[in-house]
Amino acid sequence: MLETNTILEELTAIVGPANLRAAAREDAVCGVAPQFIVEPQTEQHLAAVLSRVSAAGIAAIPRGGGTKLDWGNPPKRAGIILSTARLNHIVEHAWADLTVTVEAGCTLHSLQSTLAKRGQRLAFDGLWPERATIGGALSTNDSGSLRLRFGALRDLIIGVTLALPDGTLASSGGKVVKNVAGYDLPKLAAGAFGTLGVITRAVFRLHPLCRTTRTVTFTSASWGDMQQKLHAIQDSKLAHSGFQIRGHSGGPPHADLLFEATESGLAAQTELLQKLLLSESRGSSIPPSIFVDSSPQIWQARQNLFSTRQKESVIARFSVLPSDLAKAMRWLDPFHSSSHANWQAVVQATGIGFLRLDADPSELPAQIFALREQFERAAGSLVLLRRPESLGSLDAWGNPGDALPLMRAVKLRLDPQSTLNPGRFVGGI
Amino acid sequence: MEARIFQEFRDIVGPRGLITSLEDLRTYECDGLTNFRVLPRAVLLPSTTEQVQSVVRVCHRERIPFVARGSGTGLSGGALPVENGIVISLAKMNRILEVDLPNARVVVEPGVINLDVTCRVLPQEYFYAPDPSSQSVCSIGGNVAENSGGAHCLKYGFTTTHVLGLEVVLPDGSLVHLGGKCLDAPGYDLLGVFVGSEGTLGIATKITLRVVKRPECTRTLLAAFPGTNEAGAAVSGIIAAGMLPAAIEMMDNLAIQAAEAAVHPNYPDCGGLLLVELDGPVAEVAELMQSVEAICRENAATEIRLARTDHERLLVWKGRKAAFAAMGRISPNYIVQDGVIPRTALPHVMTEITRLSREAGLRVANVFHAGDGNLHPLVLYDRQIAGQEQAAEALSYKILELCLAAGGSITGEHGVGEEKKRMMSKMFSEPDLDTMQRVRCAFDPLLLSNPTKVFPTPRLCGEKPGEYVPHPLEISGIAERF
Repeated sequence: MLETNTILEELTAIVGPANLRAAAREDAVCGVAPQFIVEPQTEQHLAAVLSRVSAAGIAAIPRGGGTKLDWGNPPKRAGIILSTARLNHIVEHAWADLTVTVEAGCTLHSLQSTLAKRGQRLAFDGLWPERATIGGALSTNDSGSLRLRFGALRDLIIGVTLALPDGTLASSGGKVVKNVAGYDLPKLAAGAFGTLGVITRAVFRLHPLCRTTRTVTFTSASWGDMQQKLHAIQDSKLAHSGFQIRGHSGGPPHADLLFEATESGLAAQTELLQKLLLSESRGSSIPPSIFVDSSPQIWQARQNLFSTRQKESVIARFSVLPSDLAKAMRWLDPFHSSSHANWQAVVQATGIGFLRLDADPSELPAQIFALREQFERAAGSLVLLRRPESLGSLDAWGNPGDALPLMRAVKLRLDPQSTLNPGRFVGGI
Repeated sequence: MEARIFQEFRDIVGPRGLITSLEDLRTYECDGLTNFRVLPRAVLLPSTTEQVQSVVRVCHRERIPFVARGSGTGLSGGALPVENGIVISLAKMNRILEVDLPNARVVVEPGVINLDVTCRVLPQEYFYAPDPSSQSVCSIGGNVAENSGGAHCLKYGFTTTHVLGLEVVLPDGSLVHLGGKCLDAPGYDLLGVFVGSEGTLGIATKITLRVVKRPECTRTLLAAFPGTNEAGAAVSGIIAAGMLPAAIEMMDNLAIQAAEAAVHPNYPDCGGLLLVELDGPVAEVAELMQSVEAICRENAATEIRLARTDHERLLVWKGRKAAFAAMGRISPNYIVQDGVIPRTALPHVMTEITRLSREAGLRVANVFHAGDGNLHPLVLYDRQIAGQEQAAEALSYKILELCLAAGGSITGEHGVGEEKKRMMSKMFSEPDLDTMQRVRCAFDPLLLSNPTKVFPTPRLCGEKPGEYVPHPLEISGIAERF
């Protein structure tokens, strides 16, 4: 594809020889091998590269830290990897205005460390912060426990700059937290899997870091009981920042609540939670077991799902209404019917859950189809994030609903040649 | 517009759903921004989604531009009719369809009044957080179009934070569902694009909202300062201390006078008044309120009052929420402006507003959502005095340019609409605006849905070659093709 040396020469001329190299085996994306890795140092260079390859009909796979590159469907083509690794500067931390402008290739960890110097943070607990980048976290719509209180990245982003396949660099939003001028394209870019444009920079609203936090853990006898407690807590005056439920096929679920408050606030909240759990358990023979200072490490549970040695594991993200949670966990029953099949889940109180399935790969496709159908029937979804290569042909997304033609129309307007991540998104986009 | 089209409209919405008499059409010739007026050819009041679809299909077939309208309280001319177009009023679609508190969701039709959502869930101690000052009359559909804010969005976020799903009639009459009751539906976040698109992408006919549990307590503090600079410094102090109040509002002396004259909230007479509201658990709020008080004193507050009762709290808010309308007490006419600045630019921008106001010989009253830098300068003038209206308009645009120069925005919550579309090219570059319009073309290739708003130059979408029909906007020279 890139044999035509002219294109290679042109790309080299744009980014410099130090920023273009032949792809190695580990650069493959879901088994599809790209030919070159291009690492532009400026967003103008990135846009120029994108426009050049697009004109030549070469596909571009945007890449940040590469931590979630196996999510989504395998690309139909992979000409170049367009890496944001060198676009990693924090452009402006306007701490007194609680905003930050950051280039897409900046890692979450690097951004948070800089913000922490002023006692601030991006209120987002993403996966693999040491390596994952802002651009990647945005594009994949990653979200953790803090979403319950602070919203997802889509709610925290206030401005974006996108490089489009025709070479346009377009900004929308701005640098102020309140702004309704023009379309909210930052939200369009978030979760678009890099199929509409390459995010080159983003502006976020920030939150203060909380000096004192506490994690309280409790156990429920069953998912049904847990759902009741979830509802009681969400319906209470508790002001928690995070709420996750951990469970697996072989035992009762555990819940963790994160409180961020003043010392006296923490004490009052803990007391309130204990009272509430006791009153919820009235009539039950087993008093609830409550651990008041759990290790903050417990919030790694979502990320730990991914660290499996089992090559055949499937990791999925699901979404249900919180009131359907217990029912949804029963849909997982087929996954512990036999001795070598099991599941683990970390579910947020928002109804978004992360699920690891270990089962016989030959049975998995049918089981996943059946499971997805149940989620979709309940107005939810089941999206595959990580799966063995043998299951590569299984659609990652499921049913995108009746807006798919509109999504295709948007794609066509912004990336008519299907240069960016071809075939990776919903409905073959 | 031909008689057969009127007949077709009448068949769809019934005789009572179609307004064509000149006298009745006058009601719809403007929205809350009254200095722009256009008479629509007809106003239609559908009562179901199917009727909206049928009406829009006719518009699509006949290339008739349409403008959706909620309560008509918008302040940027978003619901201003388009020449030779129709207005589709959603006022009759005003049912709350579903209240699902275990999931904190409420499903409504677009004509439901903002405050009615809160009223419905208040007995269970929930509320709908976005609270524009017009919340007792404005509609949820209009809020969705404008991405409305309000005093409490500092902590709780804007309309877009609280809309989870939409049923939308696209400009070709087809129906799509964006988002849903569950989060993160697979696909592009077209919901996020639609909210705040000011009626240019279609018509929302069903809206799934998120409601919020009321906090354990709410406390409101009123602090009087010698001037807005001292009040502004206190705001910075509160934010720097790591607090996120539910609201921080500021009023200058002229705004205080007007509010006093209108609703007698018993505000202290001072140069800069700050209203700080904290909510959350009792223990936490009590502790933080002490810090707020200390910060206000450090910044030369001359008087501090804590609203003791709900009644006192409501009175404090009444003065603030009535501030725009109160201007009528101290000036025959006024322009409400809506700009945003980074909070830290406040002292500089205030000094400049004072200078510009003096130069123009016009008074400017200032009401701010100070926590998020959203300014509402009110330019006072008298239409009867020759040249004052033009001078007031010029001054209000100069204030917006000031906001832009400070790194801000031309609108924080009122929208671009008709009023500020020319300012868009001062805030965004051509490629920025073209990219937005490419998205618009995906939704509305024929440019029929509120076609003349938001963008300085509506771009026609260059659909399929061979199908070329000159667009009415193109013929009249206000749009170009790309």
